[in-house]
Amino acid sequence: MTAPTTMIMRAMAAVRHGLRRENLIAAGLLVLALSAISGLALIAAFIFKEGVPIILKIGVGRFIFSSDWHPLEGEFGIFPMIVGSLWVTVGAMVIAVVFGLGCAVLLTQFCPKQLVSIIKPSIELLAGIPSVVYGFIGVVILVPFIRDWLGGPGLSVLASSIVLGVMTLPTVTSISVDALQAVPLPYREGSIALGATQWQTTHMVVLKAARSGIVAAVILGMGRAIGETMAVIMVAGNTLDLPHSILDPVRTLTSNIALEMGYAAGDHQKALFATGVTLFVIIMILNTIALLVSRRRGARARNR
Amino acid sequence: MRIAPKHTERAAVAIMWILASVMMGVLVFIIAYVLAHGLPHVTWTFLTASPESMGREGGILPMIVGTLWIIGLAVALAAPIGVATAVYLTEYTREGRLTDVIRFGSDCLAGIPSIIFGLFGLVLFGIMLGLGFSIISGALTVALMVLPTIIRTSEEAIRAVPRAYRDVSYGLGSTRWQMVTRVVLKSALPGIATGIVLAIGRTISETAALMFTAGSALGMPHSIFDSSRTLALHFYILALEGISMSKAYATAAVLVLAILVINLSAYALMRRFVARVV
Repeated sequence: MTAPTTMIMRAMAAVRHGLRRENLIAAGLLVLALSAISGLALIAAFIFKEGVPIILKIGVGRFIFSSDWHPLEGEFGIFPMIVGSLWVTVGAMVIAVVFGLGCAVLLTQFCPKQLVSIIKPSIELLAGIPSVVYGFIGVVILVPFIRDWLGGPGLSVLASSIVLGVMTLPTVTSISVDALQAVPLPYREGSIALGATQWQTTHMVVLKAARSGIVAAVILGMGRAIGETMAVIMVAGNTLDLPHSILDPVRTLTSNIALEMGYAAGDHQKALFATGVTLFVIIMILNTIALLVSRRRGARARNR
Repeated sequence: MRIAPKHTERAAVAIMWILASVMMGVLVFIIAYVLAHGLPHVTWTFLTASPESMGREGGILPMIVGTLWIIGLAVALAAPIGVATAVYLTEYTREGRLTDVIRFGSDCLAGIPSIIFGLFGLVLFGIMLGLGFSIISGALTVALMVLPTIIRTSEEAIRAVPRAYRDVSYGLGSTRWQMVTRVVLKSALPGIATGIVLAIGRTISETAALMFTAGSALGMPHSIFDSSRTLALHFYILALEGISMSKAYATAAVLVLAILVINLSAYALMRRFVARVV
């Protein structure tokens, strides 16, 4: 008489116990899952805590728009580095977009399968090569070449742009490939059925449909280029003057931090953290734009 | 006169092939150049001796040991957290605001420049927690850096596990946790391993974040609280300060060979994973 009820009660207890355990596991996983966003918040908190007070002391306008960086006299203006980072990044993007988009279109639309399985891993390998090696190749090959054939000191905006362009190419290529592959097959089929050639289909239909993904790829590539440090230090020349041509040397925001952090103290060190704050804000703006752009794409895909 | 679409197509495809060939050429050139200049100087003693007179003589053993320590610690920290995040995102919750926030954090973290990680590690681990320039400071910093890579690859690997596997596991009466650990993670393992291998590659290549956290001591590290110069940073210092070109090339060759091996194994793992799941 009592046996079945005990059994049922036991079973219910076991289920409750299991549920409790499951809930504990879910809670534990959630805590771990929050570590990436907490890490991001921590980074922001620490960089801002170290850097923002000195920006406020100097004044935001003077910190950003002054060209005088004389740490010993307590003058901290990062305008030349902002301009330097901008030039180098724009140059790098020209190269990365032309090559990266070309490769992405080739890989997704025109390339035989066997070759894709060679080219794609090669692009990933290009992403794996250490930035110091890129910088070094830049110094021993590219810089002398520019100096001898185009003039100037060789260490220049041009050299940095080429090195950074090659380095960010894998980012631009692989995200563009994803975007191009996400274009629904019926789009292509429809266009081909209307009598368009493969290339017409590619540039009139597929590229248009993948536009937002490609924009996201370019923006993320820009973030990579602005944030790159070691390779740029080696080939940019690191002078504090505003560049007037692509053959002039420049200093970027990142190299300013890496070059002087080793010996800086006091306000000088805080000013380097402030440079980091500027970089952080630029990167977060770029990241957010890229995410919004690709989310819009996601939303559109869901509506279809 | 209009150019026939056929010709435009031919020209466009030709241009793209040229672009791709140039890119492949650059890759082959970099690898060949570094290996050709470096491999002749890579000897057994170079790999097993300590550097002398700032790296002008001797070998790179302490840098290899230091790099391996940092890789080991960083992966030991980041892999469990990354996989747990991926499991939570795929198996334990529905898509919503919370998953958006978690993904946003991970995506943004992936975009933060390594020099910022270096500054952060210097302040938090080096100064505030009093770890100074040490392997553990470097490893903690890099662990945070590679976390997004591991999250993303693990998530993709777990999503690729067929639904039927989960249904069968539930059908046999397993709890969610049993299903995840015994079925899903098991079949997603090669994909997760790919992410870890990629994270190892990033750690080997990393310089800026480790310069201010792991420091640049030349000696053999005896504990994780010692400072240790990594291979990439050693190469940078040798090359930039012109200490020894032959040693610099040799170090670069070791770096490039390591990256080649790592990328090939990641690729092999990925192929195995795709073959098994699809």
